[in-house]
Amino acid sequence: MRYRILILLSVLGLALLPLHAQVAVKAETLHTAAGEAISDGVVVIEDGKITAVGPASQVQIPSGMQVLEAKVVTPGLVDAHSVVGLAGYLNQDHDQDQVEESSAIQPELRAMDAYNARETLVEWVRRHGVTTLHTGHGPGQLISGQTIIVKTVGETVNDAVMVPGAMLAATLGDSAKASGGRSPGTRSKMMAMLRSEFIKAQDYLDKMENAEEGKEPARDLHKEALGRVLSGEMPLLVTAHRSRDILAAIRLAEEFGFNLVLDGAAEAHLITDEIKAADVPVILHAPGMRHFGEAENATFEAGPRLKEAGIAFCYQTGFEGYVPKTRVLLFEAGWAAANGLEREDALSAVTIDAARILGIDDRVGSLEEGKDGDVVLYDGDPFEYTTHVTGVIIEGQVVSEEEN
Amino acid sequence: MSKSPILAFFALSLALFAVGLSAQDAPKAFVGARIIPIQGPEIENGILLIEDGRITAVGASASMTLPADTEQIDVSGMVIMPGLVDSHSHIGQMEGGDRSAPIQPDIRVWETVNARDARIQKAQAGGITVANVMPGSGHLMSGQTVYLKLRDGRTVYDLIIPWDDGSPMGGMKMANGTNSRRSPPFPGTRAKSAALVREQFLKAQEYQSKLESAEEGQEPPRDLRMEGLVEVLEGKRIVHHHTHRHDDILTVLRLAEEFGLRVVLHHVSDAWAVAEEIAASDEVVGNSIIMIEAPGGKIEAKDVTIENGRALEEAGALVGFHTDDGITDSRLFLRSAGWAVRGGMSREKALFGLTMGNAILLDLQDRIGTLEPGKDADFIILDGDPLSVYTHVRQTWVDGEKVFDRDEPQDRLYAVGGYGASHDQALEVHQLSEEGDY
Repeated sequence: MRYRILILLSVLGLALLPLHAQVAVKAETLHTAAGEAISDGVVVIEDGKITAVGPASQVQIPSGMQVLEAKVVTPGLVDAHSVVGLAGYLNQDHDQDQVEESSAIQPELRAMDAYNARETLVEWVRRHGVTTLHTGHGPGQLISGQTIIVKTVGETVNDAVMVPGAMLAATLGDSAKASGGRSPGTRSKMMAMLRSEFIKAQDYLDKMENAEEGKEPARDLHKEALGRVLSGEMPLLVTAHRSRDILAAIRLAEEFGFNLVLDGAAEAHLITDEIKAADVPVILHAPGMRHFGEAENATFEAGPRLKEAGIAFCYQTGFEGYVPKTRVLLFEAGWAAANGLEREDALSAVTIDAARILGIDDRVGSLEEGKDGDVVLYDGDPFEYTTHVTGVIIEGQVVSEEEN
Repeated sequence: MSKSPILAFFALSLALFAVGLSAQDAPKAFVGARIIPIQGPEIENGILLIEDGRITAVGASASMTLPADTEQIDVSGMVIMPGLVDSHSHIGQMEGGDRSAPIQPDIRVWETVNARDARIQKAQAGGITVANVMPGSGHLMSGQTVYLKLRDGRTVYDLIIPWDDGSPMGGMKMANGTNSRRSPPFPGTRAKSAALVREQFLKAQEYQSKLESAEEGQEPPRDLRMEGLVEVLEGKRIVHHHTHRHDDILTVLRLAEEFGLRVVLHHVSDAWAVAEEIAASDEVVGNSIIMIEAPGGKIEAKDVTIENGRALEEAGALVGFHTDDGITDSRLFLRSAGWAVRGGMSREKALFGLTMGNAILLDLQDRIGTLEPGKDADFIILDGDPLSVYTHVRQTWVDGEKVFDRDEPQDRLYAVGGYGASHDQALEVHQLSEEGDY
């Protein structure tokens, strides 16, 4: 009897699950982030993957598919750095897991263990077009933990996760200073501490590699995580706004030979030559971030300056301690487009360029055959204040049909 | 009440300032723009004529005759609308009440304003010509606010808008909900918050009646706190009331009715839930709402929505907007109207809210808020539709003086940011360059 109920429930469950893994979207203007925009374009998604993209005249929509229509369509947006899901919208102790303050260097912390897939802000950013989210431990500690890349769907982190350990998050500058006489109290102390930690981690890696079978040193989660950065498995994501802190991060990366991704970087526009020479990508602050404190010299035109210098960059929504608890990537891209960045480049900076810097461009970031069926629909120019997002599709599932 | 010497000084310095402005002015005509006067229909190819810091005429280019000595400025392809009014801002590095008491009606923020704050320049870059600069919301009553004209000023004296007695115009900042709940002597609950406010207004009513009935020479001793509250009871000072949750909004309406306060509701996150009650209140002058990109950040703002503009408009309530700078950036103020329209508000009411709506919330509707003859020559020149993200403020004019010009390097720095954009204003860029001192 119990068995029968279970079977009945699972049949019902199946019926409620992804109704339309087979879906096609028609657009008056289709931005693919992989070449010119297509007039009267069509995207076909089957079993969660894109199977065809092109002008309506050339793409056949298989019969029986759900068909959605929109004025404008773009790839699902990729937010290249956020704390959404660790930081909740109520901003109370119980929903703030983005920074652990017990110690300055805690690489063993994993966002995977703290991400709340049901957080209201996850739904909020999804309704505004974000389908892929790089989130995790935020700025504020010298090394705060390992980030995660998720799709903005799912009831649990298991459903949502794309890359369980994406980058190791670090911070340089005033916001990483510890209070109450604890270290690091200064910038030079930060660098000394990081150097010392990486030397110890290198030593640990060497011992592991050279140890005879069964004689390896005891596992050390802290050093293992730093070791992943040293071995090139995971980049170090350094949040730094002041130019001197950005330069310090570049020096550290060169000294230890790890992959560096710059984050925030409000003063990157002052040292484009050095960043270009170091060949380091930048996950740039939201243009509308408050131009206060360490970001007092930020400019709305940072994107165009980096573009001009030939530096790989994309946008993030970043970390907010108060109201609004998150920024909205679409609005930030719009503000960039209003401040000197070509519209197509602004779209790329929140889709394919972000996917490349996160190392997930084989799956997301553009509308191309074989990629995930992540699509956003709009009733006008996506960047205009008065335009609405009219639909969001993630891996072929229509996850939002409201007007936002 | 006797006037303080400082007020006399004020009147004098303002008089000198005003003379300095008007002495050099010949009529200026801004020709060929699309004009959005707010009062009346848009004019496709219009002329805005100004003289001595005032608007003298607005109309279609074809139908206007200009005075002989008029300086003509070609602004074809541009859009002209009234200067934006920000009904709630924290620019100017102002300071309000301290932690000593929850109710501090004697605090005057105007005395703490740094006229050289770069954020005043940034607000000009956002098209803001008048701002209600307020102390924060961490008190039930944190002090007297000040309405500033965002002129290129050397000191706060150059920015204030005087009442007839020469003192600076402003309202009274109040708050309820969670921000003003702290450890004693601050209230710990909402009921205590309302009780403390009620108690003070009752005292103020007593003080007021003693003042009114006292024979010459027998007035009660001066009490700065009571004087501040009496100005509120008289309706001279509008209460600018921070409030988020629907029940807190209703508490404001009750207190306002009980004491006959003139109230502007600020933020009003739950306006959508009690729009009818707000619209029905005789005491509510209007609403100053914030357009924010995501809900939350605090529990009482968890249900804030860009649909508040539409909800209040449908209920027939007056809507203005604010930046709450630094909660949002003054340079993005036009966005408020854009997002309100995204949320279902009419274009007409959204643009009205940024200008005339806000002017009404500050008792300044006779001077600013529309482009009409006789009003202050406060206006902005835009390179596109005010509701488009791609539109920039090209120029901002206050009292017939250009205070922001995106084509000038220093102003451009304030407009977009960059190295030094947040430093205090080093020089009065326009005054110096126009006077040709160098």
